[in-house]
This record gives sequence, structure tokens and C-alpha cells, in this order.
Amino acid sequence: MADTAITVEGAEKTYGDKKALDGLDLTVARGTVHGVLGPNGAGKTTLVRVLSTLLRPDAGRVEVAGHDVVREAYAVRLRIGLLGQHAALDEELGGRQNLELFGRLHHLGARRARARAGELLERFDLTDTGRKAVRQYSGGMRRRLDLAASLITEPEVLFLDEPTTGLDPRGRAEVWASVRSLVGGGTTVLLTTQYLEEADQLADRISVVDAGRVIAEGTADELKAETGGDRIDVTLRHAGQLGAAVALLPLTGVSVDADRRLLSAPVTDRMEALSGVVRALKEAGIEAEDVALRRPTLDEVFLHLTGDDRRVKEAA
Amino acid sequence: MTAYALTDSWTMTRRELARWGRQPVQLVVNLIFPVMLLLMFGYLVGGGRGVSGEYRDYLIPGMLALTMAFGLEGTMLAVTQDLNKGVIDRFRSMPMANGAVLVGRSAADMLQSALALVVLIGVGAALGWRPGGGPTALLGAMGLLLLFRFAMLWIGIHLALVAGRPEMVQAVQILVWPVGFLSNALATPGSMPGWLGTAVEWNPMSHTATAVRDLLGVPGTESGHTWAAIIWPLALLAVFFPLAVRRFARLSR
Repeated sequence: MADTAITVEGAEKTYGDKKALDGLDLTVARGTVHGVLGPNGAGKTTLVRVLSTLLRPDAGRVEVAGHDVVREAYAVRLRIGLLGQHAALDEELGGRQNLELFGRLHHLGARRARARAGELLERFDLTDTGRKAVRQYSGGMRRRLDLAASLITEPEVLFLDEPTTGLDPRGRAEVWASVRSLVGGGTTVLLTTQYLEEADQLADRISVVDAGRVIAEGTADELKAETGGDRIDVTLRHAGQLGAAVALLPLTGVSVDADRRLLSAPVTDRMEALSGVVRALKEAGIEAEDVALRRPTLDEVFLHLTGDDRRVKEAA
Repeated sequence: MTAYALTDSWTMTRRELARWGRQPVQLVVNLIFPVMLLLMFGYLVGGGRGVSGEYRDYLIPGMLALTMAFGLEGTMLAVTQDLNKGVIDRFRSMPMANGAVLVGRSAADMLQSALALVVLIGVGAALGWRPGGGPTALLGAMGLLLLFRFAMLWIGIHLALVAGRPEMVQAVQILVWPVGFLSNALATPGSMPGWLGTAVEWNPMSHTATAVRDLLGVPGTESGHTWAAIIWPLALLAVFFPLAVRRFARLSR
């Protein structure tokens, strides 16, 4: 128990006839950042709502910081912070008023609530917002205040539900920096995201979720290895020659992205594949803009695992 | 958890008061709206069908009751906004007494309604209204009005928790008008077609308005409605308070 912050065993949650959680299992080690990656509707938000005691699971065992989320909801609430998908703030009040409100509701008492609000405003660079109502904040500022509000009592476990959805690149960078600084302090973070890059950047381990279940789990490197090692990318000058190139090149399992005039395939021997491709293209007189060897992206891992081939069309 | 019920309720009440401080104009508009209605019906529309004495004396208690009934939509709107903003999720994920969210709402709304009554009575006095029965009767009348408001408050909370969407608040805002006017606030039931008059006499708000008129010595008022003005709100509370509390607890379903 001491080194496990989150345990989920066979969690189920059904809405009408839709299974939002369908026997989901998850274990998160204390002090780590765990990414939960999945498309819209995969069950990520339902999972966070169950973990943060907002929603009762229909079945299964769910423990956070050593306490059962149903039977010991209060004990769990003492130990968690939640950053939901939508800003959970009082929009009419100012930043300091919000933080003092939440501090009082955490029973810090008036004086400590005021001091803590001051500390957090400083830490998240929000001291100069003055009396401005949260309603008038920019997206990034609102997110930072929201994050500050979820850290009032330095929680053991912090849930971040798509923390950067809807933010511009600068806002995203700000939130990422804040999350990184937390982990040094020993907080366990569970982060849901649709952005593969975000999981890759922040998470120690990643669970890929689809249709309410975990379909793969591991480090970013392990997940990448799962789709079979290296790949070769060939970008042609003319999209019309993609078909001819697929037929001609000494590659198997080729996927074609016509919009980007790109074909991509797994390779076993890197150098042989590279020279083979270059030679074949030259002989056939097909012009290439770029030929490159690379590791698979998490995107491809994800599409491979979920069997969603809307974006990567398998060539014959 | 229950040890903090009072502290948390007070904190949540203070939250609402802080919102008034941020938006004083909103509060003033809320307080002026019933005054505007009173002036409109008293001096522009010129109603008072079936009223024997001075219409002003009949109308002001009616407007007091109507203001309490209209409070329902304000409560529903505020709860709906909280539900849709996600801030209620933060409250519910915190180690606080969860009922404090509703208690804070109730306390702030009751305080605002009491203020609205004082303003309306003050304007009435400025118009020359002199309620009879002395301060005790006036306090008793305010007690009956606030009891009725308390019932409206929990209906408002329940509707917000059931409907939960801003469009539904609009629907209720429109419906409150005919239901509010389907009472003896503005005209006597005797002046209406038979079936309508009967419906009006059944409206719980009519009992409150009649009891208030009786307490304040408005001439020609039927007496004996005080019990109905106490029992109706209590009956409504007995239904809607547990329903709302249950709905709130079921947010986790």
C-alpha cells in the first residue's frame, strides 16, 4: 500500500446502455506521473470523476491514497486535488477570494487560508491580478488559478483531467512547467490527455484507454516498441505517384497519407531499407522530397492499439 | 465531517455575500424589480378588480407575496449556474460538509428576500401606506412571507437539480408569471370567472397574501387564512426539501 497511490480493479460505470468504464484496471506508484491517454469518449473523465469521489462506480474496487473512494470518500477528499476539464472557480470573485474560499473550506482557518492564498498567487504568478474577477482572466491565467486551487493543501494525489485542452501553446507550456515542478515535491499525478505529446512529455508511465478499458500500458518507449521498431518515411514530390511507389518499393505494410504525399512502413534493417528505397526511386524516376528513418510516434502506437485507421490508411 | 457543517455553511454564505460585493448593481436591480412592478400595477395598469377599499393597501401585500414567489427563479438560476460552471465539482471533491453548498445558497437567498421585503415596505410607506396592527403584526407578516419564500427556495433548488440547464431556467422564468398572477395578488378571486377564482383561491400564495392582509388590517380581508399560510409552505417543504437533498446526493450517481 505504501508505494501505491492509486489502485483500480475492475471498475465499471454504465450510463444507460453505454459502458463508460468496462472493467478498468490501473495501478499508479506513489510519486510518479501517470498518463491516461485516449480519444474522446474513452472513459477518461469518468475515471477521474470516480477517483475524485464525484461519481460512484457501479462495480469494482477503487482506492486512492490508501482509502476506498466509496466507503471512505471523506478520507480520500482530504488527500486529493482535482483539476477538472472546466475551470472549477467562482467566476464572479477574484483570484485571491477564490483561493481564500477554498482554503477556508479545507478548514485552514481564516489566517492560514489568507497566507496560503498569497503563497499560491505568488507561485503561479498571479499576484498582480488585483481585484479582477476570474471571468476576465485569460485562458492560461484561469487554468493556473484552477491549478493553484487544487493545490491548497499540497495533496498526496493530484488529478488533472485534460489540463491543457483549449489552451494556446504558451498556456500549455505554463501548465506543463507547473506540473513538472509538482512532481519534485513527491505528489502523485494522474493526468488524462488526448495529446500524445503531452503524455510523452510529462508521464513516467502511460495507460492507453479505449471504450472504458486499458488496452495497453507501459513507458512511452515500451509503447513505441510495441508497434515494431523503426519506420521509414518517404515524402514524394507528386501525390499522383504514391500508388506507383507503393507497388515498386521493397517494403511491406506500407501506410499512405495522400495529403502529405507521404508513405510510411516498418523496417527491420535500417540501412538496407534506406539504400533500397533510394535506389528504387531513382531507377523509376520518381522524385522524393525526403526519405527518413525514425522511431514510431506515440500517435502511430495509439492508432495501432485502438485499431482506428481513419487517419492512416493501409495500402494494399 | 459534520463538525464543520456550521463553519462550512457560514463560509458558503460569505461566498454569496462576497458576490454581492462584486456585483452591487445586480443586487440593486434585484431589489428594485419588485418596486417597479408595484408602481406599474399600482399606477399604470390600474387593476384592482373587485377590490373595495384603497387599491394600494390591497396591492402592496400582494406584491410582497408575489416577490417571494418570483424568488424561485433567482434561486434556480444561481444553482443552475453553479452546476454548469464546474465549481460544484470542486466543492464536492473537497473535505467539506457538502450540504453547506445548499445551506449557503438558502441563507443568501433568504437574506436577499428579507431585504427585498424591507425595501418594498419602505416604498409602500413612502406612497402613504400605513399598515395596521403595529410592529408585531408586521414582523408576523414578514415571517409568513419568508416562510413562503423558503418553500419557493427549495422548489427552485430542486428544479435546478432536476433540469440543470440554462434553457430550463428561462422556461421557468416565463411560467412563474402566469402561476404568480393566478393568485389574489393583484385582483380578488370574486372578480374572476368561477373556475379561475377557485384555482386562485387554491394557490398557496393567495393564502399567504390574504393572511398578510389580515394581519396588517387591510379592510375587507377574509380572516382565518393564517393556518393555511403556515401549513401550505410546510407541506411544500415536506415534499421538495427531501427531494432536493436526495437529488443533490445523487449527483454522484
